[in-house]
Amino acid sequence: MTSSAMPRPKADDEAPLLVAEKLTRFYGARLGCREVDLTLHPGEVLAIVGESGSGKSTLLSLLSTELAASSGRVLYRQRDGVTRDLATLSEAERRLLLRTDWGFVRQHAEQGLRMAVSAGGNVGERLMAVGGRHYGAIRQQAIDWLGRVEIEADRVDDDPRSFSGGMRQRLQIARNLVTRPRLVFMDEPTGGLDVSVQARLLDLIRSLVAQFGLAVVIVTHDLAVARLLSHRIMVMKSGRVIEEGLTDQVLDDPREPYTQLLVSSVLVP
Amino acid sequence: MDAAPLLSVEAIAKSFTLHLQHGLRLPVVAGVSFTLQPGECVALGGPSGAGKSSILKMIYGNYRTDAGHIRVADGTEQVDVATAAPRRMLRLRQQRIGYVSQFLRVIPRVAALDVVAEPLLAEGVAPEAARARAGALLTRLNLPERLWLLPPATFSGGEQQRVNVARGFIGRQPLLLLDEPTASLDAANRAVVIDLIAEKKAAGCGLLGIFHDAETRAAVADRVVDVTRFSA
Amino acid sequence: MTHPATAMPAISYNFAYLDEQTKRMIRRAILKAIAIPGYQVPFAGREMPMPYGWGTGGVQVTAALLGADDVLKVIDQGSDDTTNAVALRTFFETTAGVKTTSHTAEANVIQTRHRIPETPLKPGQVLVYQVPIPEPLRFLEPRETETRKLHALSDYGLIHVKLYEDIARHGHIATTYAYPATVNGHYVMDPSPIPKFDNPKMDHSPALQVFGAGREKRIYAVPPYTSVVPLDFADHPFTVQRFSQPCALCGAEGVYLDEVILDDQGGRMFVCSDTDYCAGRQAEGHTGTLSAPDAPTRADEGPKEGCS
Repeated sequence: MTSSAMPRPKADDEAPLLVAEKLTRFYGARLGCREVDLTLHPGEVLAIVGESGSGKSTLLSLLSTELAASSGRVLYRQRDGVTRDLATLSEAERRLLLRTDWGFVRQHAEQGLRMAVSAGGNVGERLMAVGGRHYGAIRQQAIDWLGRVEIEADRVDDDPRSFSGGMRQRLQIARNLVTRPRLVFMDEPTGGLDVSVQARLLDLIRSLVAQFGLAVVIVTHDLAVARLLSHRIMVMKSGRVIEEGLTDQVLDDPREPYTQLLVSSVLVP
Repeated sequence: MDAAPLLSVEAIAKSFTLHLQHGLRLPVVAGVSFTLQPGECVALGGPSGAGKSSILKMIYGNYRTDAGHIRVADGTEQVDVATAAPRRMLRLRQQRIGYVSQFLRVIPRVAALDVVAEPLLAEGVAPEAARARAGALLTRLNLPERLWLLPPATFSGGEQQRVNVARGFIGRQPLLLLDEPTASLDAANRAVVIDLIAEKKAAGCGLLGIFHDAETRAAVADRVVDVTRFSA
Repeated sequence: MTHPATAMPAISYNFAYLDEQTKRMIRRAILKAIAIPGYQVPFAGREMPMPYGWGTGGVQVTAALLGADDVLKVIDQGSDDTTNAVALRTFFETTAGVKTTSHTAEANVIQTRHRIPETPLKPGQVLVYQVPIPEPLRFLEPRETETRKLHALSDYGLIHVKLYEDIARHGHIATTYAYPATVNGHYVMDPSPIPKFDNPKMDHSPALQVFGAGREKRIYAVPPYTSVVPLDFADHPFTVQRFSQPCALCGAEGVYLDEVILDDQGGRMFVCSDTDYCAGRQAEGHTGTLSAPDAPTRADEGPKEGCS
């Protein structure tokens, strides 16, 4: 059968944004994760779930170039359309990618923010890093982004030490999204927050993801977060992906014993 | 019929293996086959536990299919839900298959009006137009306007069900799956849903539903597929 | 005035105190620093017979540069006769036997702490700066491994964050000394704690400028006629301090002035920080509002932190 006889839908022709091939990482003799394959398309939200030590954080570090793989590779399609093996990027290219086309929202805001720098400075840093040299314009963009993450403009000169946990996470999101990245990594972004604060943050993330068509890789052990935010889910155990698929399918019809255990362990109020 | 079916279910089977119950295997259905044409409403019949909901969920891709094919027309293509990749399935849901579930899965903090409008927004309809359509549907379903801007989490069962129905019917997918859409509705609102189904049929959509209420079933269904005979 | 070279004392030092191998090592570092303007070159700094904070970095650079025919000037915050300046001048008179001077125009090696002379420098002159903290990113990013990468990649968003914070908190860039500047379009440099008033003098200076940090063992340089551009924002451009009045002793305008407290009743005057420049103008007959035969004793002011 020729390809013209069975035309592929247009959206499927869209090249993937991020591809991991047989990603493996050992810490000495200990396994971090083994032979993980994944493909992420623009606008897609992928949740990686599993308990502590399952390798999900290692995988996130490998994908985001924070950690070098023992074997396997990660490919990324740049804004110019060229797909690159991330291990071949120069340090300058890697850093440019990290602060323009990518974002990283961390569980602990103090790792993702400059705690002694004002909210405006935190949001403006990426703009200045890519050459922004007009104070008024940088500040206006910072205020604009604080508004999008529901932080009052009059907090622009306060530093995040005076912010609540939920506000810090929202500031982290603004700081990351100000350069309009296409791919955002999130590591337990709602971890440790009160339930009501979590709900507000999840709603915000949901609407920003839809508004900007972000591709997201989110690591979480909270299946409710995965269900609310993600299109697809990968379940990890002992460094391997044991089950993956549509989020609602994996959660409503789990196949693997471990996934069934995870799903049945969720507390329902 | 001459027209290609909207949906063709071919010898599908489903069972659950409960690993936490020492690998207990629960057969659900086997050998299910039927088709659905445009403009037709088919009811799945049979007692509770016969697997009616499971069949709807398999067609929507919410449950996996162990054997057989579920072919859904998408333009000139016939997509097999049983084997479709997740991305393909998501696009199929957005463009071809709508689903009104029995219960509303509440999204925290999102207003009822926006819950209803969301499928249109995903299609790229302008927010104002989408909200206007959502408001019109909620009006028809007698949901008081004072509730529109509240998140449905605190609504009664009947109010949530009407939000759910509106969200399912607002989309323009040609195939609509209905799981007890009138279960917790009063007679007046049941009548509205019956009208909505008739309008979808007139517009050439195909509907596949589970109707617990015999009166509603009689009012909307062109034929009944008895699931009992497929029980595994 | 030129001080006569003092006789060599009974104890004999190698010329300029350091041994020849050490001076070669330092010269190699200086050459590398000149070749890569603004880049901080590590060098094997020696223990000097003076504490860190007294100019050990500048002294080692000066020791490596001096030849027997050179004429040396040493200033501390513009003055030739403060303790630090006198001590270092005496050190080289003792160990190298070179001629010293307080006249900027007569010196070919000028070691300085916290100022650049008002008299424009000429080709052939070398200005040696004493540097306490060579790393302009130190207080923004404490990891040396990271700051080196930031320099290598010209990744200087962070230092603009500091200037942004200045404006957000004070309404203007409040950094008034050690004002960071881009050298030759690449490396951002800490110009040592000179007032930002002096920054423009560094740009395209005909003199060679060499910076020595003794405690941190770093040397960096700005070769003659090299661009030195202070960092700023388009809408908050770099500006220098302005003084509302001329020097009270010589009437000079457009020079850097020190505030001098005259009495316990709040009396004060503003005079040239550069004593040689001020004395030269007075000798030429210029006068200020407080010109008097017996000028009051000068008090030092300005940044007070240690300086090596």
